[in-house]
Amino acid sequence: MKQSLLEIKHLNKAYGENIILKSFNLKVEKGDVVVVIGPSGCGKSTLLRCINALEDIQGGEILIGGEPISRNAKNISTMRQKVGMVFQSYDLFPHKTILDNVLLAPIKVQKRKRNEVEKEALELLGKVGLADRKNDYPRQLSGGQKQRVAIVRALIMHPDILLLDEITAALDPEMVREVLEVVISLAKSGSTMMIVTHEMAFAKAIATRVLFLENGEIVEESKEPKAFFESPQTERAKKFLKSFEY
Amino acid sequence: MDWNVIISYLPRYKDALLLTLRIGWQGVLFALITGILCALVIYLKIPVLRQIIGIYIEVFRNTPLLVQLFFIYFALPKIGLQLSPEACGVLGLSLLGGAYMAETIRSGLENIAVIQSESAESLGMSKSQTFRYVIFPQALSSSVPGIMANVIFLLKETSVFSTISLMDLMFTAKDLIGMYAKTIECLTMLVVFYLIMILPVSILGNILERRLRFAEFGS
Repeated sequence: MKQSLLEIKHLNKAYGENIILKSFNLKVEKGDVVVVIGPSGCGKSTLLRCINALEDIQGGEILIGGEPISRNAKNISTMRQKVGMVFQSYDLFPHKTILDNVLLAPIKVQKRKRNEVEKEALELLGKVGLADRKNDYPRQLSGGQKQRVAIVRALIMHPDILLLDEITAALDPEMVREVLEVVISLAKSGSTMMIVTHEMAFAKAIATRVLFLENGEIVEESKEPKAFFESPQTERAKKFLKSFEY
Repeated sequence: MDWNVIISYLPRYKDALLLTLRIGWQGVLFALITGILCALVIYLKIPVLRQIIGIYIEVFRNTPLLVQLFFIYFALPKIGLQLSPEACGVLGLSLLGGAYMAETIRSGLENIAVIQSESAESLGMSKSQTFRYVIFPQALSSSVPGIMANVIFLLKETSVFSTISLMDLMFTAKDLIGMYAKTIECLTMLVVFYLIMILPVSILGNILERRLRFAEFGS
């Protein structure tokens, strides 16, 4: 049987008494763009944080390319390099220039040569339209620009899968577009992604699969995103999607 | 104001200033090193050591430097540890300053948002890399205003050195007043010499603060 890029088996995650994810199962194949939607508190962000081992888990297993990723394992650094993550609040390193933000991890973690990575960094920054800002500090950039840098910072590690956690939630509408266009072009180039978002139009445009979560469980799953957004099968998803209409 | 008196006193004040500066910068340097080490222990929650350092900080922050100096200068020799007055001055400043610096740097470390370490770790950085390249530089720069305030405080505290017979600025002024009673000249010179010593530090602090201010504009 073919090895899935990401496989989650019976994942349990709780904060104390509060159960977030209940025996959660998921397989993601190379090239999938999985959009995860659902009401706040449904566990979608926690799911991404678990995949990147930013959370301790209470049961089950998360496999990346067949290998388990776990917070306290020795190989955590190697495993995390396979998983790129971009957060809602971008969180660039404020004391480093844009270029150094991008270069820090490849040089220190992957021990790559500075001039080789720098070339790639400038290429990637160029693709998101920010090569000319390489010597600026994060504070000099707009939210949308910072978020594009954060995407580049994750991409330069050549992750197998990119996790995007509500990356436009903190942005003005115009900036949302410039960031999402970057993500769309990534999807076109075949990147594997898992995206948590509240931008339904974007989700519809980009998804190859949709997961609708509530209370830590998949309520509805669809490999036909267009059909899902037009006529969801479950009442709960119908109600949720309706809340975006006016 | 008798200008001739002032001119004739200048060499003594200059010597006193140099002595105060010599002890002052050594004290500040060791205070900073002590402070960083103590803050690290507290931040990394190293057991036992952390409690000991907690006690050290409370004792030295909550007692006057004068008392600490008396202890070092008069009490330590009784248990066989005799230090020169200058070494006592440096030690006193380092211990007092270390306690203040530790608190300043610790709060700087604790103010760095959790998400900063999460984004570093999500890039595969180890805990120590995250600390070295992401957390510590930010904490240090956000501590600069506090550190500079401590430096100024420590330099001013040197005025109690006269009590352990160090010929610092304060000692010199008191000595000259006692001998020649030129009170106004002596005290004015005292003020001016303290300003000569401390104002540049103050200005340097402002410049550093402006240059290192990235954190508050958001990441």
